[in-house]
Amino acid sequence: MQSMALFLPRPSLDALIQALRACGYERVLGAVARDGAITLQALGSASDLPVGVRDRQEPGHYRLERGEGERCFAWANGPQALKPLTFAPRETLWRCERDAEGRLVFQDAGERSVPTAVIGVRACDLAALKIQERHFLKAPYPDPRYADRRESLFLVAVHCSHPASTCFCASTGDGPRAESGFDLALSELDDGFVVTAGTERGAAVVERLELDRASPEQKAEADAEIDAAAQRQVRALPSRNLREGLYARLEHPHWDQVGRRCLSCGNCTAVCPTCFCHAEQDEPVLDGSHTDHLRQWDSCFTAVHSYMGHFLVREETRLRYRQWLTHKLASWHDQYGRSGCVGCGRCIAWCPVGIDITAEVAALLEPADA
Amino acid sequence: MATPRLTVTDALDRLNERPQARPRIAVHKFSSCDGCQLAFINAGEALLQLAELVDIVHFAEAGPMDPEAAVDLAFVEGSISTPEEAERIQTVRANTRFLVSIGACATSGGLQALRNFNADGAAGWTEAVYAQPEFIHSLDTATPVAEHVKVDLELWGCPVNARQVFQALRQLLFGVAPVVDRDKLCVECKRQQHVCVLVAKGEPCMGPVTHTGCGALCPAFGRDCYACFGPAENPNTAALARRFEGLGLLPEAVARRFHLINSHAPAFRTEWLDWQERT
Ligand code: SF4
Ligand code: SF4
Ligand code: SF4
Ligand code: SF4
Repeated sequence: MQSMALFLPRPSLDALIQALRACGYERVLGAVARDGAITLQALGSASDLPVGVRDRQEPGHYRLERGEGERCFAWANGPQALKPLTFAPRETLWRCERDAEGRLVFQDAGERSVPTAVIGVRACDLAALKIQERHFLKAPYPDPRYADRRESLFLVAVHCSHPASTCFCASTGDGPRAESGFDLALSELDDGFVVTAGTERGAAVVERLELDRASPEQKAEADAEIDAAAQRQVRALPSRNLREGLYARLEHPHWDQVGRRCLSCGNCTAVCPTCFCHAEQDEPVLDGSHTDHLRQWDSCFTAVHSYMGHFLVREETRLRYRQWLTHKLASWHDQYGRSGCVGCGRCIAWCPVGIDITAEVAALLEPADA
Repeated sequence: MATPRLTVTDALDRLNERPQARPRIAVHKFSSCDGCQLAFINAGEALLQLAELVDIVHFAEAGPMDPEAAVDLAFVEGSISTPEEAERIQTVRANTRFLVSIGACATSGGLQALRNFNADGAAGWTEAVYAQPEFIHSLDTATPVAEHVKVDLELWGCPVNARQVFQALRQLLFGVAPVVDRDKLCVECKRQQHVCVLVAKGEPCMGPVTHTGCGALCPAFGRDCYACFGPAENPNTAALARRFEGLGLLPEAVARRFHLINSHAPAFRTEWLDWQERT
């Protein structure tokens, strides 16, 4: 559904937070400037939002700066996506203990998640969420943990007006306008927000606020800002489907070149909102009476990710980087019918050595004789 | 360059021989600050639990003294830095079925291995520091246990993480090969959702080449990792060093990042030498 556009005056932002609480969302998360970055934290009130904060992002570089005005969404994404909220970085899946007869008894160790509203979700992260849902929920064995956490989320999107130099969602078709997947979507203007509801429950929340309709001028200004945001993006992938191009270059010398620069540190896969790899391990207590079975984020940049019985398939960094890029941009099409990149640019900004996925793709696809 | 994996299979087979008596355990100290032995002592209740599962036959810091006893499992803290230690470690090895080296000193030589880089040997320093240097009998180098005897399992860190020690111990008691995570610290840092201090503050964080295990302590407090857990698997120290230079560090400062607690570990040693030449 796409509702009529309403106008939320800036001072009423707190009323929105209260309405979310009143509708049962015990936890309201939003963007907060902390430790030098935009991070998702519990919001007390709208004053916790990063008022007047701007970001500067370059390969391997991220800084917050003080800017002009009252806007509190005038930045591009920080390091966290929605991913940590749905795909927990570390969690206990089950416990196992021996009963009196010595039989092993397995117990679900999951905790139910609390209803949570998130304010400030970007288009690229909604697209990434849809991709992860395909992986975790549409498979033959849907993941109950993921499902529980996903169902607990109420998503308030904010269309992007301030892309970073690292963003390229316009070229992947995933932003800067949030098209679907949200409960509410906001466009930030100087004096307030143009609000539309994407779901019935979203509409129910705004109904409590008794807002006026947005004027045609306000709507036009909001649209123009989003269009300008798309125009301002300086990076791009050359196509939404690079499968054939990359498969044809599996032995390209450029993999060696990037392998010498890459730290094989896994930061790119950790910040990537679509990466879903994990490792499982058991943590028995000292007396051996019971054990916790953990699941935690893993990455194709670790050694264990390619450990097969007694050897590593991908010992060299070159092969690990190739796995990342060709999974993300090539075999992802075979698995999920689209590329695994939504153009959020996080892997570029948060790579400690500033390796740029768009530049690596360009170098790989360059004609051999060029 | 990848470090060879430790083969634990043979040692495990021996540890798994049946029938089994209560395993006997020893904790030995070599050149060290005793901080890693505290992993046991500070464990409190877990230490009492351990005492019910095994016989702790030698652990000088905690009480039991029988350094020559034959044991199933010996933990070794400290580097080999005196002629007496070079002999004693042979006895420890001969008397145990499974040997675990714990902490930076035992696994890489530790802080005291900085003396290994002094071309004139350690004698000059000994004279400068001690009033009566004639009583000091040390080797010119402080070296890891694995350079002297076969080590079945290494647990890195300055100090080791008690959780890691007890996990490894539990796995050995079950008769399985302990799994030691040798990933880069960044992997754990991101799981904990810390904001990267290298990217957001320009700090020369050693996380991308450092062995995980500490729980990403330093980045949790907004500071850069200084590699107290030593090199991770597949560490690209050259690329990280170039990045540090890009952050504005002079070659000498870059060199020093690798020349601290685990200076003798090959990956760090090579990088230090390389940047030392440029100063
Ligand atoms: S590959 Fe990079 S730009 Fe693409 S979605 Fe992942 S983190 Fe974002
Ligand atoms: S294999 Fe690598 S690129 Fe693919 S989902 Fe896993 S971590 Fe991400
Ligand atoms: S591309 Fe960058 S972030 Fe990814 S593993 Fe390599 S160095 Fe780390
Ligand atoms: S703060 Fe250090 S350990 Fe953490 S991700 Fe950044 S470079 Fe890695």
